[in-house]
Amino acid sequence: MAKLLEHKAKEILARFGIPVPRGEIAADADEAAAAAERIGFPVVLKAQAFVTGRAGKGLIHFCDSSAEVRDAASDVLGRTVGGFPVETILIEEKLRIASELFAACMVTDEIPGPLALLADRGGSGVEQMARDGKATLASRPFDATTGLKLYEARSLAVECGITGKQLSAVSGFLVRLAKVFLTEEARSLEVNPLVMTEGGKVFAADCHFSVDDYAAGRHPELGIEIAREIGHPPTELEKIAAAYEATDHRGTFYFLELSAEGDRPVGFHGAGGGGSMMSMDALVRHGFTAKNFCDTSGNPSAAKVYRASKHILAQGGIVGYFASGSGVASQEQFHSARGMVKAFREWPLNVPAVIRLGGNKEELAIEILGKFLSDLPVPVEAYGKDDSAAFCAERLDALVKEHPPVEPYDCIPTARTEVAKDEYAFDVRTGTISIDHAICRNCESRPCIESCHAEILEIANSAPRLKEPAEESAHRCTECLACELACYGAGMRSIAINLPIPGFDEYLAKRGGQ
Amino acid sequence: MSILVNENTRVIVQGITGREGQVRTRLMQGYGPSVAAGVTPGRGGEETLGLPVFDTVAGAVNQVGAVDASVVFVPATLAADAAMEAMDAGVKFVVIVPDRVPLHDVMKLCKFAEEHNARFLGPNTLGCLSPGKGVLGMMGGSPEAARDFFAPGRVGVTSRSGGITSSIAYYLKKAGIGTSTIVHVGGDSIVGLPHPEILRLFEEDAETDAVVMFGEIGTTQEERVAEMIRRGDFTKPLVAYIGGKQAEEGTRFSHAGAIVEGGRGDYQSKVSALGDAGAVIVERFEDLPSETARVLAELNGK
Repeated sequence: MAKLLEHKAKEILARFGIPVPRGEIAADADEAAAAAERIGFPVVLKAQAFVTGRAGKGLIHFCDSSAEVRDAASDVLGRTVGGFPVETILIEEKLRIASELFAACMVTDEIPGPLALLADRGGSGVEQMARDGKATLASRPFDATTGLKLYEARSLAVECGITGKQLSAVSGFLVRLAKVFLTEEARSLEVNPLVMTEGGKVFAADCHFSVDDYAAGRHPELGIEIAREIGHPPTELEKIAAAYEATDHRGTFYFLELSAEGDRPVGFHGAGGGGSMMSMDALVRHGFTAKNFCDTSGNPSAAKVYRASKHILAQGGIVGYFASGSGVASQEQFHSARGMVKAFREWPLNVPAVIRLGGNKEELAIEILGKFLSDLPVPVEAYGKDDSAAFCAERLDALVKEHPPVEPYDCIPTARTEVAKDEYAFDVRTGTISIDHAICRNCESRPCIESCHAEILEIANSAPRLKEPAEESAHRCTECLACELACYGAGMRSIAINLPIPGFDEYLAKRGGQ
Repeated sequence: MSILVNENTRVIVQGITGREGQVRTRLMQGYGPSVAAGVTPGRGGEETLGLPVFDTVAGAVNQVGAVDASVVFVPATLAADAAMEAMDAGVKFVVIVPDRVPLHDVMKLCKFAEEHNARFLGPNTLGCLSPGKGVLGMMGGSPEAARDFFAPGRVGVTSRSGGITSSIAYYLKKAGIGTSTIVHVGGDSIVGLPHPEILRLFEEDAETDAVVMFGEIGTTQEERVAEMIRRGDFTKPLVAYIGGKQAEEGTRFSHAGAIVEGGRGDYQSKVSALGDAGAVIVERFEDLPSETARVLAELNGK
């Protein structure tokens, strides 16, 4: 996620010449004790976790000996905080604190631009204290190109009542902080507390560092795993989704698991940010909870929608599947329909589904869903732009009441399942298309040729093959999945499109299968 | 009248030879307004879709004359630079379609635009469309769909979601209500023309009687709109729906701007601010057309 743990944030600050306490990270009690010996007592031991108010949660300990460090380390490591196991601790020198301040840079849409902030006291709830008149919180916008000027920083410090030698120390600190903020393209960067020691020096004692998702790729030095804000540590499935998405830029696939609990969890498949949120709100109004948030939009390939569907189904424990976006999408909706058909038959779907694919080419999308899913033991209803998200949620409500989840059953997938006797295979952008020519030779209808949107196939030697030059044809494949579905529905079922999701099968296996 | 785009708008397309550039140029050519030229660095001298292609915006403007707007279809990390190039060449309005434009690029662009007395829509926008007159960007997708979805009228639409912009206009049309201009302000946390700016334009537009707004969690846009109403800077009826009631704090829901941070910008704060200021808030998205019809009837009854 696009947030840095404290030790990583401090490492970045130090690179810019910002003083941070001497410290080391450790992953077990022995390492922690050894680190403390090197640093010298007394030390502070801090659990590395994305939560605020760690002191109150027993995640920060002051230690005077190796024994105390070991005890504290054993207590903290392995604890789960905010759904996140503590795997690392930071051991630091204990500062001799004279006073504490708060310093931050953030982006605000009101200006719009960057804002520098300084408060005359640190700790949690500074903003509230400022509102109550118990603290002074000074702020001013600064230039996103040239940075915070020294005199601007000084004016903030003066406003906070800082005088004498500390005035230049604090203003210099702020200028550097703004430089980190701009160079690393942070979304917000907060030092709290900013400590002034008895010796008159300033230190960043703690740091919250959140980076712009869209710039994370330009900053490998930050080591960001998932460049997206998520309110919890990424789950296995979220990591798999994000890793896949990073490799396929056609359209958007965004997936996250939600923590809301309810007795009617639904797999949610949205399209478009606003439409997805609106649809999720409609779902919740009917007494459902969304087990996840998922958005496939921006003209995604059918292959991408297929993978998204598989993620939604893989969560398990859902009583229904609900797909709905804005209702009037500009993207061609049959791609989503084909992706869902392939996923639903392959998994197979075991709960009722309501699929609202309104917008461009919705008639074809609805036709595809009806044609390929009507034989499932669970109902799948398809709707277009003239049926509201609220109506569709109501339909799901009715279906779920009548149709509880069914036991696993045999379902013929759209892809050929047998090993090919005479395989003709080629790689496309994110997968492989395998055709069994031994089957094709007995086919008279050849729906694959006609269905191919990119028109890359032709019949040669009584079987479908790529038009020459073959490599160029394969490259033109849009992964619309039309050939597989056509061959399944009206041909001899000789085509299998394999669309791998790295880590997905391993995830299922680890979980004990489907 | 209408805002941002009309039948006389003259536009160029940056990134015209790319996949999106090609498809959406056809949309604009088929629906209006008139596209004067395209720009793709390295492809100068070529011709595409009956239009000359130039290496630079300045080159294009020199050759085809002044234009009112540029629509940008270039990769996200190059988008701010493309917009700056257009502004530097004297283009006063830029529509930035790509998603995932880095936030700091946009902050720098805001300053640049101000210095050049120019403005921009987006990033991460489907653009804007005045029914029957013209479209800048990709609203509607194709000329046929755009003609099918949107009807001219006297209600303005402003939305933080692209799909929802089209949806609102379509459902209004189904309820017999046409639209003056529909605007997707973009899904990011900082956009060139946020809701308050669009409302300022609608306030001045003699052919807009009321506005429908889709807001969502995150940013201060809706709160600032409430402030505008309270100050009397926006006086026309406003019907609004706010998405993201179920959103969890600290989690971003697709749009970069849709995130509640530090307790700011949540659903309740927006609904209360707008409601207190006198806007009509609908709880259910489906009620937007009927509430708009009611508001218009009241307006005409006066």
